[in-house]
Amino acid sequence: MSTPRRVFDLRLTAFNICKSYNGEPVLRDCSFSFDKSGTYVLMGPNGSGKSTFLRICVLLEEPDEGEITYFSGADVLKKDIELRRRITLLLPRVGVFNATVFKNVAYGLRIRGIKGPEIKERVDEALEFVGLVRKRNQNARLLSSGEIQRLGIARAMVIEPEVFFLDEPTASVDQKNTEIIEDIILKMKERGKSIVVITTHDIAQANRLADWLLLLKDGKVIPSRRCAEAY
Amino acid sequence: MDSIIEGFIKAFSLIWDLDREFLDIIFLSLKVSGTALLIATAAGLFTGALVGFKRFPGKDFILGLLNTCMGLPPVAVGLFLYLLLSRSGPLGFMGLLYTPSAMVTAQSILAFPIVASLCHSAIVSVDPIIRQASRTLGAKPFQITLTVINEARYGIMSGITAAFGRVMAEVGAILIVGGNIAGYTRVMTTTIALETDKGNFELAVALGMILLTISLIINMALYLIQKRVMVAR
Ligand SMILES: Nc1ncnc2c1ncn2[C@@H]1O[C@H](COP(=O)(O)OP(=O)(O)O)[C@@H](O)[C@H]1O
Ligand SMILES: [Mg+2]
Repeated sequence: MSTPRRVFDLRLTAFNICKSYNGEPVLRDCSFSFDKSGTYVLMGPNGSGKSTFLRICVLLEEPDEGEITYFSGADVLKKDIELRRRITLLLPRVGVFNATVFKNVAYGLRIRGIKGPEIKERVDEALEFVGLVRKRNQNARLLSSGEIQRLGIARAMVIEPEVFFLDEPTASVDQKNTEIIEDIILKMKERGKSIVVITTHDIAQANRLADWLLLLKDGKVIPSRRCAEAY
Repeated sequence: MDSIIEGFIKAFSLIWDLDREFLDIIFLSLKVSGTALLIATAAGLFTGALVGFKRFPGKDFILGLLNTCMGLPPVAVGLFLYLLLSRSGPLGFMGLLYTPSAMVTAQSILAFPIVASLCHSAIVSVDPIIRQASRTLGAKPFQITLTVINEARYGIMSGITAAFGRVMAEVGAILIVGGNIAGYTRVMTTTIALETDKGNFELAVALGMILLTISLIINMALYLIQKRVMVAR
């Protein structure tokens, strides 16, 4: 069995994050450190601020107060392209580019200046991993919603993120694709290359995937043992 | 009636024989409108992207202006450009009146607002999720901009095509600033207008058929591009 291995040299920390929308506080002095390899599952009812927390963690959005710090080995990275290039977030609505499946997955490599043959090799490996090899040359806009989530996973995995956030990757997906995506997430854990953080409101799914269970409650992220506390 | 039929027959022979004068006129038309389109595309894409991506004071005014100028009357543009370029005008010293350069200038002015305006709407109608996705994948700000422009490519192409259709068909502006000088500034539309006036149908009909074909091709392309825009949504 794959017992999660502790990664000592990666740590993404949210310090005292506060965030309000239109005067409504969503995150209140929220602090948390992701520092173990394996899968964190963040639970909480709709509107509790899970997506907001994730967007702030990957610097897609500025908090009103607080900051995100990232330690990778000896490097301390703050709010810059270097940090953003080591972590990623799979958005709930993925955001596929109007191009082939292959080009979508190649995107992160191309913008990093990686060249043709290496791109091909890494993209094909990622497509294999998520089971989309046969759709390689199809326009990505024509994929089903389950396939789009898998494309999003491949597109993120190919850049080998050190921390990989997935925001409700199975929320809009049928049973079969949910199983496929859960398998992919479990396989990612076995690789042990990255910290994986996913949000879900499905308690059973949380139990299947989580090494560490977290709750978003009263604007804070807190560790939890029993899933039922979320509701 | 006979003269018209005769005109058609002679027109076909002009096309068939690849008559030199006839070809020169077509070539100059494409050169003038093509150059104008290149200039308008460079300036229009830049302006459209600037207005689409940046926030600055006066932005709404510029957008309104570009939109309003999409349908500038060619004759009026020709007239004002003529006044600027005529010997006694402020730019008269440049000696551009009745040259292909003046025609290119006139058509650039006509095409620019169309390209700029349609590029702007293509860029702002790209789903904001594209920007976020490219950011989460580690794109730098200018890479995000290029990605959004790339997503808008079919809308941009349809803007450029629409502008090309407009300048190819235009006669008012280039007639005034170009003067329809044989062998120098005669293009398809001006030749058709003036030869018809003189009752010389053969050249006019031959050019008319070519112009019609080009216009049909442009609009077919526009239709095909717009179909792709729909798929992209
Ligand atoms: N861009 C935004 N503008 C205004 N309100 C927002 C915005 N994003 C999120 N919110 C609000 O913040 C709260 C938390 O939203 P979200 O983080 O999406 O919760 P969750 O992902 O847990 O369902 C909700 O009440 C939502 O309406
Ligand atoms: Mg959410």
